[in-house]
Amino acid sequence: MRTFSRYLLAGLLFAAPLVAQAEPIDFTEKLDIGISTDEIAITSDFRGADLTIFGAIDGADPGLLAQGKYNIVVALEGPKENTTVRKKERVFGIWINTNSMTFEKVPESYSLSSTRDIETIAPPGDMNNMGIGVDHMPLTPIGFIGDGSNLTEFRDAFRRLRETTGIYQRDPGGVQFISSSLFKASLRLPADVPNGSHIVRAYLFRDGLFVAAKALELRVVKTGLEQAITTAAHQQPFLYGLVAVLLAVVTGWLASIVFRRD
Amino acid sequence: MTVYLPIAELSVNIFIILGMGAAVGFLSGMFGVGGGFLITPLLIFYNIPPVVAVATGANQVVASSISGAITHFRRGTIDIKLGTVLLCGGLAGATVGIWIFALLRRIGQLDLVISLAYVLLLGTVGSLMLWESINALRRAAKNETVTLKRPGHHNWVHRLPLKMRFKKSKIYLSVIPIAVLGFCIGILTSVMGVGGGFIMVPAMIYLLRIPTNVVVGTSLFQIIFVSAYTVIVQASANYTVDIVLAFVLMIAGVIGAQYGVRVGQRLRGEQLRALLALLVLAVGIRLAIELVIPPKEVYSIVSAGLGF
Repeated sequence: MRTFSRYLLAGLLFAAPLVAQAEPIDFTEKLDIGISTDEIAITSDFRGADLTIFGAIDGADPGLLAQGKYNIVVALEGPKENTTVRKKERVFGIWINTNSMTFEKVPESYSLSSTRDIETIAPPGDMNNMGIGVDHMPLTPIGFIGDGSNLTEFRDAFRRLRETTGIYQRDPGGVQFISSSLFKASLRLPADVPNGSHIVRAYLFRDGLFVAAKALELRVVKTGLEQAITTAAHQQPFLYGLVAVLLAVVTGWLASIVFRRD
Repeated sequence: MTVYLPIAELSVNIFIILGMGAAVGFLSGMFGVGGGFLITPLLIFYNIPPVVAVATGANQVVASSISGAITHFRRGTIDIKLGTVLLCGGLAGATVGIWIFALLRRIGQLDLVISLAYVLLLGTVGSLMLWESINALRRAAKNETVTLKRPGHHNWVHRLPLKMRFKKSKIYLSVIPIAVLGFCIGILTSVMGVGGGFIMVPAMIYLLRIPTNVVVGTSLFQIIFVSAYTVIVQASANYTVDIVLAFVLMIAGVIGAQYGVRVGQRLRGEQLRALLALLVLAVGIRLAIELVIPPKEVYSIVSAGLGF
């Protein structure tokens, strides 16, 4: 924070002529973020969690800050998996899956928080290039897709489904400045947040131009009994199945003793 | 109060799961069936991934069949030899079933086949049982003696080779139809998560002409082993048995079953069969409607994990 005020001073003195220069600009602003924890534990009563990310813009132009020209977008991307979208059609009177499309490595969850609606922060082309936001994340089909005429409908369906189930979400007012250059971003993790390695990505924009980005890892892990059960199920599957059966046998046997009437 | 299911990877309300288990346990105690055909669709309605619902349903069936089978064992109404022949067919069927299950899951038609199979089976068995029990009720109303119709003493089943004597059941029968029946039920167990008692019992009575007193106990004997085998194979191949979910269901199920048995004892046999038929039909119709009406959302997302 000590260097921060020095940058602020430097910004005061030099920022104005810098901005006046034509592009490309060698941005002096730097972005720093931090989270209170790098691990979210899923306990047996897990109902989702709120995550707060703090950040600071180093070397910001106070004039532009005052005018609200700086915008920040913070995204939490879940682990990536190949994901298939299937479409049902009526065949002989019943609805069955006919078409499908698989997208390469898309995040299983996605929370976005920004200072304002991201469509007003930067042009859609830039957002597409960086893959920021549900509408701009790359959805690359793999395998045979025919002439590709149904690409748009499958992409739209994917985005709509993920947003309606709440596993993808956006909060256009979730990032707030708490001082001139310190900000706070709130992100919501839904109850069915996938386990694994998530990445927090923060992007800084100045007057519609991308300036800097920062990324941090956040692990979502099962704990205690939940973790032990998952590990057992995957590493000792045969033994796990045997234990599940034994549990059933003991439960059924105990019941027949406790409630014995003949 | 929510509880996190580690394998299904979602949080559920524990009271809803307890309620489901108790309700199904009550009905299974009342009608003397395992209840797998009720628990698996109920879990799917409650958003449990079908792959987990099927495997975990089989685990619940083990618990509910065990307590029933112990009672029958004490009374001496299990034909172990007959049950073993059924079981051999059943284990082979379950193995084939697991393979079919994995194949359907890969080509994305698992939900369709599970629903279709339920609609067909529940529809057929439900209608037949309803027809039979209504006739029985009408005869009872006219004060005629109620007997299960057993036309002719021998049918084509009794002309098959490889005959074997089953002392306890007092029958002399080819092992082929018994093993085939076991095989078919085995497939159903691993694809649909049902014990198959509601099909096996009528098939043993009407098709194989096995005396009614040993039928229920013997079918429970076979169901325990085929379900247990299915649970172990599903756990090993698909990692889809949720032990937390299964345990909550079992506890509620065995307690519910005790109350079900008491209510069941106050009703007459044909009344019970009519009620069970209506229940079976209702589940079948509910699933049929889902297949026929235009869905609210024609798209669905499958992740590499537990989707189907």
